[in-house]
Amino acid sequence: MHDQAPLLSVRNLTVSFPSLHASVPAVRNVTFDVGKEKVGIIGESGSGKSTTGRALMRLLPKSTRITADRLDFQGEAVLSLSDRRMREIRGHSMAMILQDPKYSLNPVMTVGEQIAETVILHEKLSRKLARERTLQMLESVHIRDPQRVMGLYPHEVSGGMGQRIMISMMLITKPALIIADEPTSALDVSVRQQVLSVLDELVTANDMGLVFISHDLNLVRSFCDRVIIMYAGRVVEELAASELDNATHPYTRGLLEALPSLTHPKDRLAVLKRDPTWVEA
Amino acid sequence: MADQGMIDIENLSITFGRGSRKNHVVRGIDVSVRQGECFGLVGESGCGKSTVLGAIAGRVKEWSGRIAIGGEQLDPARRSQAQRRRQQMVFQDPFGSLHPRHTIGRILTEPLSINRLDDQDGRVDRALEQVGLPKRFRFRFPHQLSGGQRQRVAIARALILEPEILLLDEPTSALDVSIQAEILNLLKDLRQRSGLTYVLVSHDMAVVAHLCDRIAVMKDGQLVEVASRQDMIAGDVTHPYTQMLREGSLGYRPQGVPQTA
Repeated sequence: MHDQAPLLSVRNLTVSFPSLHASVPAVRNVTFDVGKEKVGIIGESGSGKSTTGRALMRLLPKSTRITADRLDFQGEAVLSLSDRRMREIRGHSMAMILQDPKYSLNPVMTVGEQIAETVILHEKLSRKLARERTLQMLESVHIRDPQRVMGLYPHEVSGGMGQRIMISMMLITKPALIIADEPTSALDVSVRQQVLSVLDELVTANDMGLVFISHDLNLVRSFCDRVIIMYAGRVVEELAASELDNATHPYTRGLLEALPSLTHPKDRLAVLKRDPTWVEA
Repeated sequence: MADQGMIDIENLSITFGRGSRKNHVVRGIDVSVRQGECFGLVGESGCGKSTVLGAIAGRVKEWSGRIAIGGEQLDPARRSQAQRRRQQMVFQDPFGSLHPRHTIGRILTEPLSINRLDDQDGRVDRALEQVGLPKRFRFRFPHQLSGGQRQRVAIARALILEPEILLLDEPTSALDVSIQAEILNLLKDLRQRSGLTYVLVSHDMAVVAHLCDRIAVMKDGQLVEVASRQDMIAGDVTHPYTQMLREGSLGYRPQGVPQTA
């Protein structure tokens, strides 16, 4: 599943937020590679999964301390790039899909303008060409009447459509890597399946890499190729999604056993016992 | 239905607003929940499941039809103190449902004062013990507790009036998986110990199937199907909407994408 040179290579990534008293590390010595595959990052709140995703795109506040032995994206060292070069990469070859389209889309721009803006900026297309690309893109995320939807404002579309609009905005430049931070957590079950199908279809068709950040074990297991489990800012385990049931780390096992299941009903759920050594190890 | 349940609902209909802004949220629901049963209500956002719960609790007053609790028929507009005490509610968000400037002790004492109950100290201690929190927590403020501890306080507040029915509105959806397991275990234990009747509203089919004996699926203000726990686990359900919700909770299945505008 790995290519010779992975798309993204991370070695010992550490992110800390300095405050007046101390420096709180949110991510500690995280190491992983992403190729042209779907990689899931699982963790509970505060485990550092979103911070890791944002560090990859350098989207954290200026005061944050990010260090890594290596953070290479397509052969470029992300941490030493100029801000200007970083702006070229963001949205062009590395893009991010956020959780809630209600808060992540610009409320005073029409949907069409927002999507077209990406290609106008990154590919220097004319407005006319950008408009055509936007129409094509909206069609590829299965929006039936793209002409009409392009003229709508974000508050006029439903949650599922909003998320598909965000996907079109992020995928219109055909980036090499997409980071999706809980892309379906704000959506209903029926809509979630549709949005995931769209994402799956486009990622596979365009040969992209996907980092899928989520807290939903069942979803990641069925959607991704590989799973990284994070706890207290560390990667505690990494394994193929199909192998998740054979996980060995007590935290992963604990999570699996704490989950109520339709297919394997249990009378009582196991309660996770947290071991302080997981933080150190 | 002739035989009497703990909660009997007949032809419940709930409408908000008037004239052109009229919104018919619940469109004729018939449900009977037995004493000691755990009844689940699942559906997607906007289907009216929380509104039904609100009508049982007495929070929603614009209903028509018939609601009877323990055989006693309720008036939509007004309830007696005793009628209000029989069912208590636990809300979704443990951050928003506790007063941020009141101590846990004060939060738990308030319902006691309203209902003029004696032995307030003893009742607060016992309620904290029931939900597995140490007694010293009564001097703390909500911001000093974690999400799971706060949800335990919300459950203690509901239990402190010794209700017959607990109405649970998405009690674990704001919590992490490991904390959710603790709360679900607590709810299961409480029901076994005290024979409470539960009505649980959730969008998570696995959570509902874990806790409930019967599961009603709601769509656009109507019940499309009522299935037993066994049938839901076995997948022995007839309505396509129920099947869709059930499969959705199992994870992602690659499929053709229907076009929607």
